[in-house]
Amino acid sequence: MNRVAKSDLILRVTNLYKTFDNTIAVDGISFHLARGEVLGLLGANGAGKSTTLQILLGLTTPTSGQVHIFDRDLSRHRISILQHCNFASAYTGLPTNLKVWENLLIFAYLYQVPHPFKKIQSLLQLLQIEHLKNQVTGHLSSGESTRVHLAKALLNDPELLLLDEPTASLDPDIADKMRKFLRHIQQERGMSMIYTSHNMRDVEEVCDRVLFMHRGRILVSGTPAAITDHFQSASLEDAFIRVAREGDQFLSP
Amino acid sequence: MNLYRITALVLRYTFLYTRSFPRVLEMFFWPVMDLLVWGMLTQYLQSAPYQVPGFIRFLLGSMILWDVLYRSQQATTISFLEDIWARNLMNVFVAPVRLVEFFMATFCVGMVKILITVAVLTLLSAAFFDFQLFSLGASLIPLFINLLVMGWSVGMVTTGMILRWGQASEALAWGIPFLLQPVCAAFYPVSTLPQWLQPISLAIPATHVFEGMRDVLAGKGLSGFSLFYAVGLNCIYLVGAALLFRYFFNQARHRGLLAKLGTQ
Ligand SMILES: Nc1ncnc2c1ncn2[C@@H]1O[C@H](COP(=O)(O)OP(=O)(O)OP(=O)(O)O)[C@@H](O)[C@H]1O
Ligand SMILES: [Mg+2]
Repeated sequence: MNRVAKSDLILRVTNLYKTFDNTIAVDGISFHLARGEVLGLLGANGAGKSTTLQILLGLTTPTSGQVHIFDRDLSRHRISILQHCNFASAYTGLPTNLKVWENLLIFAYLYQVPHPFKKIQSLLQLLQIEHLKNQVTGHLSSGESTRVHLAKALLNDPELLLLDEPTASLDPDIADKMRKFLRHIQQERGMSMIYTSHNMRDVEEVCDRVLFMHRGRILVSGTPAAITDHFQSASLEDAFIRVAREGDQFLSP
Repeated sequence: MNLYRITALVLRYTFLYTRSFPRVLEMFFWPVMDLLVWGMLTQYLQSAPYQVPGFIRFLLGSMILWDVLYRSQQATTISFLEDIWARNLMNVFVAPVRLVEFFMATFCVGMVKILITVAVLTLLSAAFFDFQLFSLGASLIPLFINLLVMGWSVGMVTTGMILRWGQASEALAWGIPFLLQPVCAAFYPVSTLPQWLQPISLAIPATHVFEGMRDVLAGKGLSGFSLFYAVGLNCIYLVGAALLFRYFFNQARHRGLLAKLGTQ
């Protein structure tokens, strides 16, 4: 594959701050992402996960701090960076009265995918949703719609894929299939991923490393197992609950 | 600017607008209703004793040209709202799409939609009221283009306001053109306006288009003066509107609204 990122560091975030009026959404975080790594952002509601992703996508401008993706400054090379990134979330939609293949075709054109029809066909096969090709997007169930969104997110063979709660609203069976699929495709392509989820199963199975966020700061980072140990909890879920309830005491002043 | 991406967006609107009966109907419903109501009213007025000669031509000409301006603005703003309604805004803006490409696509689609609407209105007004829009001759082209371009400017500003103040300001999308309507002398000469309003009116490109149209219909020909003002003002406003949109867009990014608008 012809990669844009020259070094093995896909993403570098330095001293990132974001305040909205009186809310500090992101409070001076720094982290990086290596090629082929899957990073999970974990944290309670309002911890700053989505805001961080939005900044990485250039949708929201940071109050201060730097973001470098593929060794380029995001604030200056947004369009060329976005060409090699993609995004999916349970909270976005696609035009409802278009057929699935039409929506995918438009995004394939937007990302200037070579051989768009072939690419769409192969992704539909990969995600086992070929039968939905001619369905009207607005009529899909949430599980089907999630897979269509993932197909959209994979159209340009992104080197960096950002997922904001992609498995929200999926039943456990489909969620399990999605996790396995994501892990498989990620490993096969050496794709780097940032993943937010409130499902600890997701995080344990998909993420190599986790950033535990609390009130806009990173409390701790490590493998899911290391995080569980760090908080002396029985499981990642217990650690999560502990941080959500007593998180303030772990914040360094 | 990337032609490929503009084509992609145009294709999207083509799918969107041709797939949906209400959206197709919307292109014709109000304009045709307006045409019929105003056409019949003037027919009635013309049968009254104190008639303005050729009044029906002025009125129907104004009505059709007003629709060019109105629909040009709507095409841009509604295309943007369609993405908000579909929660698709984020998907579009995380794709490598430049603002200029986004607007070029809405302009192109708007132009095609307007041409179709105007064609229907032209046929109907010829059939029912014996008014030939083409009696404007070659002047029709610069008049049409100037209204189209002014619609782009107004469309960019209303879109920017929706971006900045959210869907609550959606009413602006529908309302702002009607704020302009009385001032831009669409249906009567500028001289009819109160003295103090006339300079404001003359600062609007559309005013010069409508004045120009009346001149042509009255057999005086399109004055270079009207055209010069319309084009000059349009250039200034187009640049101003683009800068204003940029400002609203950056404000929205600063306030994290781009992500919120797309998902709520
Ligand atoms: N556009 C905005 N304007 C004002 N405040 C905002 C905006 N976006 C986020 N916030 C605030 O910033 C904080 C972080 O929000 P964010 O959405 O990043 O949290 P999150 O970790 O994704 O939470 P969740 O798990 O609920 O999705 C919250 O307190 C939120 O209220
Ligand atoms: Mg979130």
